[in-house]
Amino acid sequence: MEYKNYPETHEIELQLNGTSQKLTISPWTTLLDALREYFQLTGTKKGCDHGQCGACTVLVDGKAINSCLSLAMMQQGKKITTVEGLAQGENLHPVQQAFIEHDAFQCGYCTPGQICSTVGLLNMKKGNTPEEIRDLMSGNICRCGAYANIFKAVEEMVQKEVSGTP
Amino acid sequence: MKVLNNITGVATTRVDGRKKVTGTAPYTAEFNPANLVHGYIVNSTISTGTITKIDTTKALDVAGVREVFTHENAPLSVKINADYSDPMAPPGSPFRPLYNDQILYNGQPIAMVVADTFETARYAAGLIEVAYNTSGKSTTNIKDNLDRAFTDDDLPDPPKPRGNAKKAYQESEIKIEAAYLQPREYHNPMEPFATVAQWDADEERFLIYDKIQGVASSQGYIAGIFNMEKEKVRVLSEFVGGGFGSGLRPQYQLFFAAMAAKVLNLPVKVVMTRKQMFSFGHRPACFQEFKLSTDKNGKLTSIQHKAYGETSQFEKYTETIVDWSGLMYACENVELNYKLVPLDVYTPNDMRAPGGTTGMYGLECAMDELAVKAGIDPLELRLINYAEKDQNEGKPFSSKELKACYSRAAEKFGWKNRKAEPRSHKEGHTLIGYGMATGVWEALQQKASAKAIFTAEGHLTVSAATADIGTGTYTVMAQIAAETVGLPLEHVTFKLGDSTLPKSPIEGGSWTVSSVGSAVKMVCVSLREKIYARAQETHPELFAESMIEDARFEKGELSIRDGRAVSFMEILNADERKSIETSVNSEPAENRDNYSCYTHSCVMVEVHVDEDLGMIRVPRVVNAIAGGKIINPKTAESQILGGVTWGIGMAIEEEGMMDDREGRIMNANLAEYHMPINADVQEIDVIFVEEKDEIVNPLGAKGLGEIGMVGTAAAIANAVYNATGKRIRELPITLDKLL
Repeated sequence: MEYKNYPETHEIELQLNGTSQKLTISPWTTLLDALREYFQLTGTKKGCDHGQCGACTVLVDGKAINSCLSLAMMQQGKKITTVEGLAQGENLHPVQQAFIEHDAFQCGYCTPGQICSTVGLLNMKKGNTPEEIRDLMSGNICRCGAYANIFKAVEEMVQKEVSGTP
Repeated sequence: MKVLNNITGVATTRVDGRKKVTGTAPYTAEFNPANLVHGYIVNSTISTGTITKIDTTKALDVAGVREVFTHENAPLSVKINADYSDPMAPPGSPFRPLYNDQILYNGQPIAMVVADTFETARYAAGLIEVAYNTSGKSTTNIKDNLDRAFTDDDLPDPPKPRGNAKKAYQESEIKIEAAYLQPREYHNPMEPFATVAQWDADEERFLIYDKIQGVASSQGYIAGIFNMEKEKVRVLSEFVGGGFGSGLRPQYQLFFAAMAAKVLNLPVKVVMTRKQMFSFGHRPACFQEFKLSTDKNGKLTSIQHKAYGETSQFEKYTETIVDWSGLMYACENVELNYKLVPLDVYTPNDMRAPGGTTGMYGLECAMDELAVKAGIDPLELRLINYAEKDQNEGKPFSSKELKACYSRAAEKFGWKNRKAEPRSHKEGHTLIGYGMATGVWEALQQKASAKAIFTAEGHLTVSAATADIGTGTYTVMAQIAAETVGLPLEHVTFKLGDSTLPKSPIEGGSWTVSSVGSAVKMVCVSLREKIYARAQETHPELFAESMIEDARFEKGELSIRDGRAVSFMEILNADERKSIETSVNSEPAENRDNYSCYTHSCVMVEVHVDEDLGMIRVPRVVNAIAGGKIINPKTAESQILGGVTWGIGMAIEEEGMMDDREGRIMNANLAEYHMPINADVQEIDVIFVEEKDEIVNPLGAKGLGEIGMVGTAAAIANAVYNATGKRIRELPITLDKLL
C-alpha cells in the first residue's frame, strides 16, 4: 500500500470571534480540531466527529454549521463565531441567558452547539411553529434529555423576536 | 437553634450555568499541558481468537509518531500486576488491555499510536496491519443461547419463593403468560471518554484528568495496575459531559493514557471516537418470562418472573431485575428466578436505572396484559394490589406516596377519558392510545465525607470528591450548605471531582443527594457549632450566657432571641485565627435498616400511531413522582424530563444491532443507533407529590436520577397496545413490528 509520510503544512488565517488569527496546520485538520486543539477554543465540542450529533456547531457568516465536517482551510475569509464569541463582555447573549433560566442543559456538553444552532435559527427567522423549532433543533443531540427545556428556551427567543447575529 | 433561610425547596438556576453556556466549563479532553502528545487507539475486528501478527512498521515511519503500543511492547511491569479491578468491578477477571494476544470481544483495544498531533496519530493508526487466527464463531445472541444460562454463588439470590406460585397459577382462571425481549443499549454520553495523563518521573506521581463518575474509581484502578500508593495518583474530573453509568467503571483509554505517559515521560491525551463508545460496557440484552394470575376481583393470586441477562466471558455482571416483581404488589404466591448468559461481548455496565427499568418494563407490561384479560382498568388493577409493606422483606416503607402519584397523574392526564377497547380512539389516520405504568427505584444512602472552610472574607467552601454529571450536584450541595449555615447562595462554593477531597461514593444509583447531601448538611451543622463556639470567645458580652439552641444563623449573621446579633465576618475577624474549618464522615442511620426506602412514580402516556405507516409519536407524558423532599425543583424536574426522554428512547428507538456472525455492533454511530432527538419529545408534565420522610436520611430527599425512566417504556408499550391492539413484546417498538 502507498502511503504518505506526512502531509505538508500551510499557513492559514481565520476570522475568529472578531479577531484575525494565523495558524500553520496540515490541510486535513478540521475546523473543529483547529478550534479545540490549536486555538484552545474548547467551548466547541467534539461528540461524534461525523456530523451526527451537532455538539461542534459554530456560526460561519451567521449560519450554523457542523465544524467537524469542514476543514479549517476552507473557512478562510469567513466570519467564524464560536460560543466564546456570543457574550458581550460580562453580558450574556439572550440565548445563553434563556438556556440558564429554562435549565435547558444538564451536563452542558451539547450546550454550546445547541446555543449556536438557536442563534442560527434566529438568524434564519425560522421556528415559527413548535414543529419547526423541534425540527430545526433536531440536529443537536442532548443525551441528558433536556429537549423539553431547550424547546422552551428557543420558543421564548422566537416569541421575543430576539436577534441572533454574531 | 433555628434556620429560617429558605434556599432548599426553591427553584434555583445552576451555579455552574454561566460556565456551561459560555463554553468555559473545562471537560477532560480540554486540558492541554505543555509538550502534550496524542494517542489514538486501534480496536480488534474479530470477536474470538488470537493476534498472530501486528505490524507497526509503517505507522512508526510516519513523521511525528512517537511510539506504537501493542501487547508485544507493553511494559512488563503493568502485566505482572494482576490487580486490574476497580471499585465497581463485578466478580470475575477484569479485562486487561494489551495483556496478551487473546481477543475476548469484537472492538477490544489492541494497539495505540502516540504522535505529536491528533491527526498524525489517527493517520498512523490506519497503517497498522493486524493478522488474526480466529475460529470465526462468535456467541453474542442471548435468545439463541438460553441453554447456556447459569447461576452460581457469585450471583445475588433473588428473594426466596413465597407460597406456591405454580399451583396458584394452575388453579387460577384469569391468567397470562408473556415473554419480553430487550436489546443491548449504549450509554452514549455526548462527551466521549477521555484522559489526559501526566507522569512526574522525579516524584513518581500521576496527575490525571479523566472522564469518570467518581475520581476514586480511576484512582483505585491506576494505583492497582501500576502498584502505587493511591496518594500518588491524583485524579481530577471537574466537569463530566454525561455518564448515565458508563463512567462508573474506568474505561480503557485511562489505562492507555497513563501507561503511555509513564513510558514516554510525556503528557498524553487519549479521546475515544464515537465508534469506540460502543466498545465497552452497555445495558445488557435481557429476556424475561412472566406468568401472572388473578382472582375474578383482580386480586393477584400468583407472580412468576424469570429473567436472563447477558454477561461477558470474563466477568459476571448482574442486575436487580426480578426482585421488583416480588416487591411491588401484594401477592401471596411469588417465584423469582434470575440467570446469566455468558456471551462474547464486553462486560455490561450499569446504565440509567439498571435492572429497574428492565424488570419494571416487563412487570408493568405483564400487568397491563393481565388487566386486559381480567377486564379491569389497568390503574384499578394496581390499586387493588397496592402494597402497604415491602412484600419481599415484610418491612414498612420509610414513606410511600404512590397512591398520590396515581391520583395526581390520572387527574392531570385525564385517565378517565381512556377507551379500554383497542383501536377505538381514532382521529383521521391516527390511532390514539393511552397507557400507564408504575415506577420504582431504591432510595439508597452511602457513606460520605465532607469538609467546610469558612474564611474571614465571608466565603464558605464545602468540598467532597463526588461528581456532577449534569445532575446538578454543584448547585444542590451549595443550596444545602447555604441554607444550613445561613448564608446567601452566592457566598458558597462547592468543590468536587478531585481525589484529594474528602471521600465520596461514585455518582450513581440516585444516591448523591442522599449521601453527599447528608454529609454536606452534617458538616455545615458542625460549622455552625464552631461559629457559635468562636463567637462565645470573641463576643462574650453577647453570647457567654446564651445557648446554641437559642441562636439563629441567617443572612450571614448570628443572633440570639433578644435580637442581639453579630455578623459571621465580625466573629471571624475578631482574632488572628480568621477562618474556621471542619470535616465530617456521615453514614446511614441505624434505624434505616428497619424500613424499606424507595422512590415511586406513576407514568401515563398518550401515543399516536399512523394507521397505515405504523409511525409512533409520543405527544404527551405525565410523570408523577414521590421522591421525598425536592431540594431544587428546577434541576429535579430536569432529571425527570431526562429520564422520561430515556424511556421514550428505550421504548421506540434504541437498539445496539449485532451482527452475530462477527460479534460486531453494526450501528456503532449516532446516525444509526437511534436516540431521542428534539422532535421526538413533546409535552412532558412532571409532578412531584408531597412526601415527608424522616427516615431515609437527614434531608428527607430520595434521589431522582433514575426514577423518571422506570415505567416510561412500559407505559408507552401499553399505550401502543391500546392504540393498535398489537402487543409488541420486543423492544424497541419500531414501525416494522406494527405493520
